[in-house]
Amino acid sequence: MSQQTIKQLADLLVGGKTSSVELCQDYLARIATHNPNLNAFISVDAERTLAEARAADAARAAGQAGPLTGVPIAHKDIFCAEGWLTTCGSKMLYNFVSPYDAHVISRFKAAGMPTLGKTNMDEFAMGSSNETSYYGPVKNPWDSARVPGGSSGGSAACVAAGLAPAATGTDTGGSIRQPAALCGITGLKPTYGVVSRYGMIAFASSLDQAGPMAQSAEDCALLLNVMAGFDGRDSTSLEREKEDYGRDLAKPLNGLRIGLPKEFFGAGLSGDTAQAVQAAIDEFRKLGATTVEVSLPNSGLSVAAYYVIAPAEASSNLSRFDGVRYGYRTPDYADLTDLYEKSRAEGFGAEVKRRIMIGTYVLSHGYYDAYYIQAQKLRRLIANDFAEAYKACDVILGPTAPTTAFKLGEKADDPVQMYLSDIYTIAVNLAGLPGMSLPCGFDGQGLPIGLQLIGDYFSEARMLNVAHQYQLATDWHQRTPGGF
Amino acid sequence: MQWETVIGLEVHTQLTTKSKIFSGASTAFGAEPNSQACQVDIALPGVLPVLNKGAVERAIKFGLAVGAKLNRVNVFARKNYFYPDLPKGYQISQFELPIVEGGSLTIQVGDQEKVVRLTRAHLEEDAGKSLHEDFHGMTGIDLNRAGTPLLEIVSEPDMCSAAEAVAYAKALHSLVTWIGTCDGNMQEGSFRCDANVSVRRPGEPLGTRREIKNLNSFRFLEQAINYEVRWQIEQIEDGHKIQQATVLFDPDSGETRMMRTKEDAHDYRYFPDPDLLPVKLDEDWIEAIRAGLPELPQARQLRYQAEFGLSAYDAAALTGTRALSDYFEAVAAALAKADPKLAANWVMGELSAALNKAELDIAGSPIPAAKLATLLGRIQDGTLSGKLARQVFEVMWTEGGEVDAIIEARGLKQMSDSGEVERIIDEVLAANPKSVEEFRSGKDKAFNALVGQVMKATRGKANPAQVNDLLKAKLAG
Repeated sequence: MSQQTIKQLADLLVGGKTSSVELCQDYLARIATHNPNLNAFISVDAERTLAEARAADAARAAGQAGPLTGVPIAHKDIFCAEGWLTTCGSKMLYNFVSPYDAHVISRFKAAGMPTLGKTNMDEFAMGSSNETSYYGPVKNPWDSARVPGGSSGGSAACVAAGLAPAATGTDTGGSIRQPAALCGITGLKPTYGVVSRYGMIAFASSLDQAGPMAQSAEDCALLLNVMAGFDGRDSTSLEREKEDYGRDLAKPLNGLRIGLPKEFFGAGLSGDTAQAVQAAIDEFRKLGATTVEVSLPNSGLSVAAYYVIAPAEASSNLSRFDGVRYGYRTPDYADLTDLYEKSRAEGFGAEVKRRIMIGTYVLSHGYYDAYYIQAQKLRRLIANDFAEAYKACDVILGPTAPTTAFKLGEKADDPVQMYLSDIYTIAVNLAGLPGMSLPCGFDGQGLPIGLQLIGDYFSEARMLNVAHQYQLATDWHQRTPGGF
Repeated sequence: MQWETVIGLEVHTQLTTKSKIFSGASTAFGAEPNSQACQVDIALPGVLPVLNKGAVERAIKFGLAVGAKLNRVNVFARKNYFYPDLPKGYQISQFELPIVEGGSLTIQVGDQEKVVRLTRAHLEEDAGKSLHEDFHGMTGIDLNRAGTPLLEIVSEPDMCSAAEAVAYAKALHSLVTWIGTCDGNMQEGSFRCDANVSVRRPGEPLGTRREIKNLNSFRFLEQAINYEVRWQIEQIEDGHKIQQATVLFDPDSGETRMMRTKEDAHDYRYFPDPDLLPVKLDEDWIEAIRAGLPELPQARQLRYQAEFGLSAYDAAALTGTRALSDYFEAVAAALAKADPKLAANWVMGELSAALNKAELDIAGSPIPAAKLATLLGRIQDGTLSGKLARQVFEVMWTEGGEVDAIIEARGLKQMSDSGEVERIIDEVLAANPKSVEEFRSGKDKAFNALVGQVMKATRGKANPAQVNDLLKAKLAG
């Protein structure tokens, strides 16, 4: 089936060619057919979805439709959504039905976009393959023996397979961009603070940022218009003028200066990926862009800094999951300490426990200065590298991930190898910059390859322009996996 | 063997904001359990804190009032530990960069003044409450208090007796209620003291301290410190070492008992809270708060001494609370003939005694300042003697009514007819020849006895000064 973009679906609804109910029924049917194999969704609630669809159709009939009213969307299960089971991929929240909506959810509701379901993810967003989910791994639609990437693997897979026209994701170290690359879709992580984190279950507060995952840059722009904006309930939300992220889509790329960080093209990058990225660079030159080599000398330290800062914050953020007020509680316990220990030992998976232990260790008395403070200094150096690079270029370009989708189980027992699959994405979170991934080709096995764009702060509109112009000239983003 | 006691206090003052420090829930006391705990307070997944500006404003106010340094950039940190009444598994507090650093408080111990240095004061959220009664074998959790704003005020170990510690706690209580950052209600837990106590021999380095937690009355503070000091001295004299520990005071037994030792102390793993940006204090805001500060107790004490000629002791007593001090000033200002000492004597004497007896504070006084001033005016114009005025006061206190009406109705007017007084003096002199004899032979005491007899004969209505003068003249004659 040829998949339709958000833009196309919105046009159909405006033209009266379809209804939100029809669209939702269609997607729900596709989910019913394919999800048992893909495992992209943790929760589907057709009645709830259709009720929202009917409300959207009624709003349209009443002349109260916005640009995307009636277009359905799937949400990563990290977002609290009122009345929905919200698990964050963990046994710890196996029974948690949220009594409130995350800011992102309420924005989509206000836009009249029905929720198709809650997508699978690595447990508490900790993982790069979706294998840490308590609800089982998601399969990559391009090859069901392979991972979809993570942690927003369910969102990436459901969009790639056409089970949803778009989905929300979150990105702490690459969790939107890396699965977007591995599943052949387009995903954007905005500048830190552009999208409110309220109601998004925290992994690493200073790095987490929500963003859209869709079939094109143009769709990402439409969705970011819905998601972005100041929220007084998030102290790190930025108070800025409202902007139309699609305003520059049509601009030609003449004079665009693309920075190519030499550190992103060295050892560790697979040949097929290097070639596809090189071809994309050639395409951009044809579109009028120039390239310049830049250097991010401290980017090699980003994985190390990240695996201090993110676990440190996570170890504290996950303390609230104690079996006392909600979520999983061990059935048998002798006393309070036993309740805590057993509930958390049984409720959390291995990767989450590993990171809680790392985080607890690096914050401990006597180690804090050696790890946490040092990592924060590195973070500053990494941000400075980018600032220096943007003196010579408008946008930075490179691969999203060092390889295409790997096999299920291939790296599951080797955390360090797993962590390295985010080597090109992590520095962006540490600096708080916007980054996106878009399809730029396929490897020898027919697996999609992702191209990463990294912009300066608040340059989302420019990045989307660059990506959109590339997508007008190429059709990688329109390729879909067989069998759906 | 001589021992020195060293005491430092940490006082948790609940700030007077209407809503919590990081959420919009109400801070009102006494509501149904868990009815004032919103999704932020109960730490649902995904919720985030937003700082209440009113709490920061109160911290600044306090910092200015104690002459402290205000950290223009201060940082909230997470203090991590597990407890059921701590929903997030961490308390948001301030660690490395508190909002207030340094400053001092002057206390009055007997007629001695002493300056107690402050280490710091930092903002933090309160935890909830664990209720161990009424839940057979289980613990109830009330999260109404979770997220209530606190300013924890930490002193240097500058106090060397329970009396000094109590004087400091009272002075601090007076100050925070004076400037309105805390309501000072100790029963409701708005003002809670932890005391760090150690003992040493003179000249030796500081001894190992034990911390007595959660003392919520001045009396318990005093009892707990006195017990703890005796206990520590006994331990050392018996050859034991003091182990650093946290202890609780049991008001029933009057003893402190061990809660935990340093060995099982937590590693709180403090780190800056990434959900909250560093707090930046704007100079204009600080200056606006400074401009809005009331005259502080210390300044008033100095003014009372300089302008009114009151003693340091009286000045300190009159500034015990802002309401008392305001009352005193209202009385003094309303006197037709300026006499602040007369006003001070009555406010601290008759009025305070009556208030104490009735367990009222100044706000509950049945005699408003203007009425007291009227009464004192009747002393000044000679209508009443001090003694008669006390009788009028008694009536005003118990039955109410206007000063002049009471004087009239009860016939309490001082005798002003000197002929009448002279007649009575003559009678007294005639009836007491022995006293007259003694006075003439140089015994001054005899004169006082004669005055007493005259006053008695007039049933207190004579003007004592007049009696003095007339009696002297008669005896000399």
